[in-house]
Amino acid sequence: MSKSNKPKLSSVFLNGIITENPTFRLVLGTCPTIATTTSVINAVGMGAAASFVLIGSNFVISLLRNFIPDKVRIPCFIVVICTFVTIVQLLLQAYVPSLYASLGMFIPLIVVNCIILARAEAFASKNGPLASAVDGLGMGLGFTMAITIIACVRELLGTGCIAGVNILGSGYEPMLISTMAPGGFMVFGLTLGAANIIMKSIEKKKKAKEAA
Amino acid sequence: MSLHVSSAPHVHDKDTTQSIMRDVLIAMLPTTVMGVYCFGFNAALLCVLGVAAAVLAEYGYQKITHQKVRISDLSAAVTGLLVALNLPGNAPWWMPVVGSFIAIVLVKQLFGGIGDNFMNPALTARGIMLASWPVRMTAWYLPTFCKGVDAVSSATVLGGYKASTLDMFLGFIPGTIGEVSKVAILIGFAYLLIRKVISWRIPVVFVGTFAVLAAIFRMDQDVLTSVLSGGLLFGAVFMATDYTTSPMTEVGQYIYAFGCGLILAVIRKWGSYTEGVTYAILIMNVVTPLIDKFVKIRVYGQEKAKKEVKANV
Repeated sequence: MSKSNKPKLSSVFLNGIITENPTFRLVLGTCPTIATTTSVINAVGMGAAASFVLIGSNFVISLLRNFIPDKVRIPCFIVVICTFVTIVQLLLQAYVPSLYASLGMFIPLIVVNCIILARAEAFASKNGPLASAVDGLGMGLGFTMAITIIACVRELLGTGCIAGVNILGSGYEPMLISTMAPGGFMVFGLTLGAANIIMKSIEKKKKAKEAA
Repeated sequence: MSLHVSSAPHVHDKDTTQSIMRDVLIAMLPTTVMGVYCFGFNAALLCVLGVAAAVLAEYGYQKITHQKVRISDLSAAVTGLLVALNLPGNAPWWMPVVGSFIAIVLVKQLFGGIGDNFMNPALTARGIMLASWPVRMTAWYLPTFCKGVDAVSSATVLGGYKASTLDMFLGFIPGTIGEVSKVAILIGFAYLLIRKVISWRIPVVFVGTFAVLAAIFRMDQDVLTSVLSGGLLFGAVFMATDYTTSPMTEVGQYIYAFGCGLILAVIRKWGSYTEGVTYAILIMNVVTPLIDKFVKIRVYGQEKAKKEVKANV
């Protein structure tokens, strides 16, 4: 890769959070999005675990990018990703067993989270280790922020609480569907739509500024 | 020249959305009156709140999104009344408000407004509320308002409450506001038939299919009780016949109504719910585009085939 099109680190970082937000813009990793946004704590835990794996796997894959034969790159990526997922799984099990129990099956499933494989394929295999790690950090933060927003809405409607703190008072009768799978799809769709409206209005303003 | 392809109906007559919806409202009047008679002031309050919330939600959404405000077509009022009629008589005041909001904004407007919703808005709202507040939505009371007695909680007929056939006909059984009085529903049905707002196909085939299957499956109740208890008649007349979410062709409507009856019989016989009209209709709502696609092709082919037959003769 020539030096001229080496990406700027700040734009790589912001790319994952805003312009290519994995959840709201790329609509990747929707399975953990629906499954772990039932509570804010679960969502933050999932976001942190996925971010750790993203940063680690992006960094290592970027280091190995010139040694991995093109034909077997996917299995190689998976092996690297699996390693980091195993580290996360063991760490969670040892230090936050409650989170480990509530995320359950979805921790090993981080291996097949398409955000991680997509970043390995689209970014880490073509860019340097530092940029790749920053990309992993941005994408991880973008994912964490997005699922935390969804979880806030779902937990608030479904239990009246945010992160276990009661917001709506004891008179509120929880809308149970919000913490069930159909509620997950509904809130995901609505927040996705809201994010699109916000992005569109920002782009419009940008264009108006450029025109002026 | 730009060719505009639109879905049926292509023939115009003096019927407007407003006149059709007004007829539907008139047809729901008897069952609303009977519901209020059975469950009292609270039922009336729920109906008013349901309609008001639906109309306000439609007005607000169309204002915010800079659309033409179409509350005068009365479709929102129909949806709001249906939401309220689907509640138990003693539901709290916020339930029709939340239900109408879900029906209008979430199910109808976000999918493109009138004619573009893929499921019946009022029924979807009922489904969402049933999943969200299962205790509230299945807290049945005896219709004792007319007898001057305070609310007495009870199971529904499907849940084991014993009622005479006459009581089931008149509506003196526990249930939602709109579903209890079968006489009132049938009056509404007759009015809709006379005004040609709906055809007999969907309600009759729906109920008929269910009755036959109820006899074959040997339900807990006898066939007449199975048909008269619960929301079958109400759903078949007012919910399953929604234009947007039922097939356009005759054959399609037979398939749709048969599917409704079959799913209802299966849910009532083997499901964990005692009632299943909501889910039967919602599932067939979702299947409707498939039915339309499948049947439409045959209709085009049939016309061609008929011509060929004539030529051969």
